[in-house]
Amino acid sequence: MKTRHKKLILIGVAVIGLGVVATLVLNAFRSNLVFFFTPTQVVKGEAPLDRAFRVGGLVESGSLRREPDGVTAHFRVTDKAQTIPVTYTGLLPDLFKEGKGVVAQGRWNNSVFVADQVLAKHDENYMPPEAASALEQAAKAQKTLVPPQEGKL
Amino acid sequence: MIPELGHMALILALLLAFIQGILPLVGAARNNQVLVSVAKPAARAQFIFVAIAFGCLAYSFLTNDFSVLNVTRNSHSRLPEIYRFTATWGSHEGSMLLWTLILGLWTLAVTVFSRHLPDDMVARVVSVMGLVSFGFLLFMLATSNPFLRMPMAMDGSDLNPLLQDPGMVVHPPILYMGYVGFSVAFAFAIAALLSGKLDASWARWSRPWTTAAWSFLTVGIMMGSWWAYYELGWGGWWFWDPVENASLMPWLVGTALIHSLAVTEKRGSFKAWTVFLAIGAFSLSLLGTFLVRSGVLSSVHAFATDPTRGLFILIFLLVVIGGSLLLFAFRASQVGLGGRFALVSRESFLMVNNILLLTATGAVLLGTLYPLFLDALGLGKISVGPPYFNTVFVPLVAPLIFLSGIGPLARWKQVNVPELAARLKWGFGASVLVALLLPFTLGEWKPTVSLGYLLSLWIVVTVAIGVRARMRTGAGWSANFYGMNLAHLGVAVTVIGVTMVSAYQTERNVRMEVGDTVTVKDYSFRFEGVKDVNGPNYSGSRGTLEVSRNGKPVATLHPEKRIYAASGMPFTESAIDYGLTRDLYTALGESLDGGAWSVRVFHKPFVVWIWMGAVLMALGGLLAITDRRYRASRKKERAGA
Repeated sequence: MKTRHKKLILIGVAVIGLGVVATLVLNAFRSNLVFFFTPTQVVKGEAPLDRAFRVGGLVESGSLRREPDGVTAHFRVTDKAQTIPVTYTGLLPDLFKEGKGVVAQGRWNNSVFVADQVLAKHDENYMPPEAASALEQAAKAQKTLVPPQEGKL
Repeated sequence: MIPELGHMALILALLLAFIQGILPLVGAARNNQVLVSVAKPAARAQFIFVAIAFGCLAYSFLTNDFSVLNVTRNSHSRLPEIYRFTATWGSHEGSMLLWTLILGLWTLAVTVFSRHLPDDMVARVVSVMGLVSFGFLLFMLATSNPFLRMPMAMDGSDLNPLLQDPGMVVHPPILYMGYVGFSVAFAFAIAALLSGKLDASWARWSRPWTTAAWSFLTVGIMMGSWWAYYELGWGGWWFWDPVENASLMPWLVGTALIHSLAVTEKRGSFKAWTVFLAIGAFSLSLLGTFLVRSGVLSSVHAFATDPTRGLFILIFLLVVIGGSLLLFAFRASQVGLGGRFALVSRESFLMVNNILLLTATGAVLLGTLYPLFLDALGLGKISVGPPYFNTVFVPLVAPLIFLSGIGPLARWKQVNVPELAARLKWGFGASVLVALLLPFTLGEWKPTVSLGYLLSLWIVVTVAIGVRARMRTGAGWSANFYGMNLAHLGVAVTVIGVTMVSAYQTERNVRMEVGDTVTVKDYSFRFEGVKDVNGPNYSGSRGTLEVSRNGKPVATLHPEKRIYAASGMPFTESAIDYGLTRDLYTALGESLDGGAWSVRVFHKPFVVWIWMGAVLMALGGLLAITDRRYRASRKKERAGA
């Protein structure tokens, strides 16, 4: 009888403990998820203003400009349909290059994307999957738009 | 010729693995001694052929055989010889071969060091490892053959510069020694489920193998972390990158397994649980290997994706994990639950340890796999960053570390709570007091710093109490006991490093012209400009930074920016002045106008403690393996047999 009581207490405590932990974990998870948006989605206003997210695409050629402090950079990220301006303070990764794939994480203030992290690929021949997907989505969207335009021409 | 030889050797190894995986298992089930005796020679022969294949691949790399696709893609004629050798496992195919080679090595070790075990047990263990090896060899031959030929190329496209580093010589083999080492514990667990025999001696046999694998994994992860610190040029030591998580998960479960095995051996409890953990640790090792190597994750370790590979991997994981869990579900009830224990006892402390470790694993698993699932199902791309992991990990690990101080001092079966409290109250009071006051001397007081110091001091104090008590009883040397305490001290050291570097590091990114000085925490860094530098397969710029403190020179650092000739890939080589209480970390950013550069200048207090602690943990593990008990039992059983 006594051991059974103990067991019940133990099981009860364990269940409650696990419940609390699971709630905490899932809460932390939900509030720290970083969603990914393409430049097109950002321009359309689909991206949130109140939390950080990621944006990916190509660094537009000729768009990279540095401030005199040497560590603040401005560039534009494009998915070949839409383009958004990005600003970042810090050293850019080795493989950050104009015309190449990039993923930036930060916040959108309705006019410029303020990045706190810029990721490029790890390898010359390798595109960050997010950047690749942004281009793909934009290309698909354009494809569906192309026929009527062609018809006009 | 040589690559074909390697290919042939792989095919023969596959056949031998099949024999090794089937016949002894059948023999053990039917009590057929002839079939049982196949296990050892088959395993040894399989190892030899895998070793031949590995040697052939290494030879192709060393001799620059650019008719081999793998060599062309991952090497270059001007790559230094040592990196041509390490390029052998720098690719997906090569790393799979290394994995299989190390699996063979562990199997060989089992055949050599288990003469004291019953033959049918060894046969089952070796068989299970043979089946795993069979899966890997089949995977390699079917989808990732490292010996594929191609029309002779002029030269290779070079090894990823990140991998051209002395760390890469040892990091992957050691990490794999850890990953693959859990296959022994896994095989023991499966053997126990198959035979229904799971007793204290089973736990005693599994323990040294598990601890050895865990020690290797600890060092492997530590080297990965250190490598990321100095090689990626960002000065971070842990990024919660999926690749790191993939190695952390088996480590967490492996840590739980080590502790649960202790209970199973000493008290006969937690039996089914131990088996479950052994299956879990190895399953996560497999998952980790494939996650990292299949290209599902974007990282340095990932290679181009190939859908057939992905499918094969999925099926393989399903068979291994699903099969063993199914076996577990059917047979675990026969294994039994073991002895009883009170609500407060060493068993219950270890149970809480296990629960916390597994919860932490679950949280890491969720954060690592959920984005992959969403992506695979086409539901959008998300990422889970460090904030999530930090939020979840600290509250789980802090009580874990705190309890790891009490656990070793608690009695098995039932704790006399007032007595234990009396033993610990002064130590606890002192730890709290010092932890609250010490941060004031370090600068700004922060709650996290106090928490870190409390945990660390608490471990040191409780280890001291435990060691003193043992010395008083005159119990004599016990490698197991001192190994455990050393490993726990390692945790304390790592906690200090993590606490200090997280709370007090200074990171500055600045534009520097020649002659400019930037001061970070009393240290002045004077930029002396850059010079051209030419390496064997790269060219670039080499900067000079004179570091001084209060006018006294401290170090001269030479961070480099390289361009690798074959790939055209730019690369940052950081320069670090290591120290026990601080690292001075510098890296070159980009060349700006007028001879100026953007430069990273970091001050990282106590960062080496993180890795020193990991080394202590691993040493503790290795020390524990030498315990006489594991050998004495061998003699005893041999005498009995």
